[in-house]
Amino acid sequence: MSTQSVTQALEEHTRSRALTLRSLALAALGPLTALAGLVWAVIQPYRVTLLHPADQGFWWLFAEPPLLVIVAGLAFHYFVARSLIRDLEQDDATAR
Amino acid sequence: MQPPAEHVHWMFATGILLLGLFLLAEVIVGEEVWRRRPWRRYLWPSFAFGMGVLMWPVMTFFTNSTIHMLAHGAWAQVMMLAGAAELGLVRGKLRNPLWRLAIPFAFVVSGLAFLLHEQNPWFFQRSSFLHHLLGWLMVLGAVFPLARAWRPRWVVANAGFAMVFVVLAVALFCDRDLAPIFGHLSTLAGTPHR
Repeated sequence: MSTQSVTQALEEHTRSRALTLRSLALAALGPLTALAGLVWAVIQPYRVTLLHPADQGFWWLFAEPPLLVIVAGLAFHYFVARSLIRDLEQDDATAR
Repeated sequence: MQPPAEHVHWMFATGILLLGLFLLAEVIVGEEVWRRRPWRRYLWPSFAFGMGVLMWPVMTFFTNSTIHMLAHGAWAQVMMLAGAAELGLVRGKLRNPLWRLAIPFAFVVSGLAFLLHEQNPWFFQRSSFLHHLLGWLMVLGAVFPLARAWRPRWVVANAGFAMVFVVLAVALFCDRDLAPIFGHLSTLAGTPHR
C-alpha cells in the first residue's frame, strides 16, 4: 500500500468523522433547546398557564416562556437545521 | 390588549434565542455551507433588523418613564442599524469592512441603555438585577463582535458572539414584572402578583 493512499484514507476518515460530529451537533441543537423548555415546564409548571387556563387573559395564554423555548427549538430544527445538515452532507460528498 | 412588560421580554427572548441558534449553527457548519442557500445568508441579519423594527411599538406604548422611552428608542435604532449593516455586507452592497463595527457599537449602546435606564440597585427586585446583568453582559460581550469584525472567520469570536445571544435570551426569560431575586425583594418594590 502506498503512503499516498494511506494518507488519503486517513484524510477521508478524519473528514467524515468531523462531518458526523458537526451533523450530530447541528441535529442536537434544536431538540436540546426544546428539551430545556420541557424540563423548565416540569420544574416550574406554574409558568405554563395552559395547565390552569381559567381566568387567564390573552397574553398569559399566548406567551408562556417554557412553551416559547420549546417552539423556538423545534422551529429551528425543522426550518433551519435539517436543510443545513443536508447541505453539509452534500458538501462532503462533493469534496470526495 | 397591551401585553404586560414581562410578556414583551419573553417574546423578545424567543427572538434572541433563535438568533443565537442561527449563529451557533453558522459556527458549526462554517460560512460556506451556511451561505449555500440564498435565504439563509440573510436570515439572522434580517431577523435582527426585524427585531429592531418591533422595538418601535415597545417604545411607543411602554411610556412609563422618559428614560425607558429613550432606552427603547436607542435599542430600536441600533438593532436596525446592525441588522441593516450586516445585510448590506452579506449582499455586497457595503464593501467597507468598517461596517462590521455596527454590531459592537449596537452592543455597547444597548448595554449602556440597560444600565442607564435601571435606577434601582442590583438586589432591589429581579428585573433590576436582570437589567444590570444584561447591561454588563452586552457591554463586556461587545468584545466578541469586535473580535469578529477584526477576524470574521475566527471560531472563538463567532462562538462567543452566538453564546452572548443565548445567555441574553436566558436572562430575558427569567424576567418578571415584580419578583424576588435570590431571596431579596425591596419593601419599596411592592407585592409580587404571581
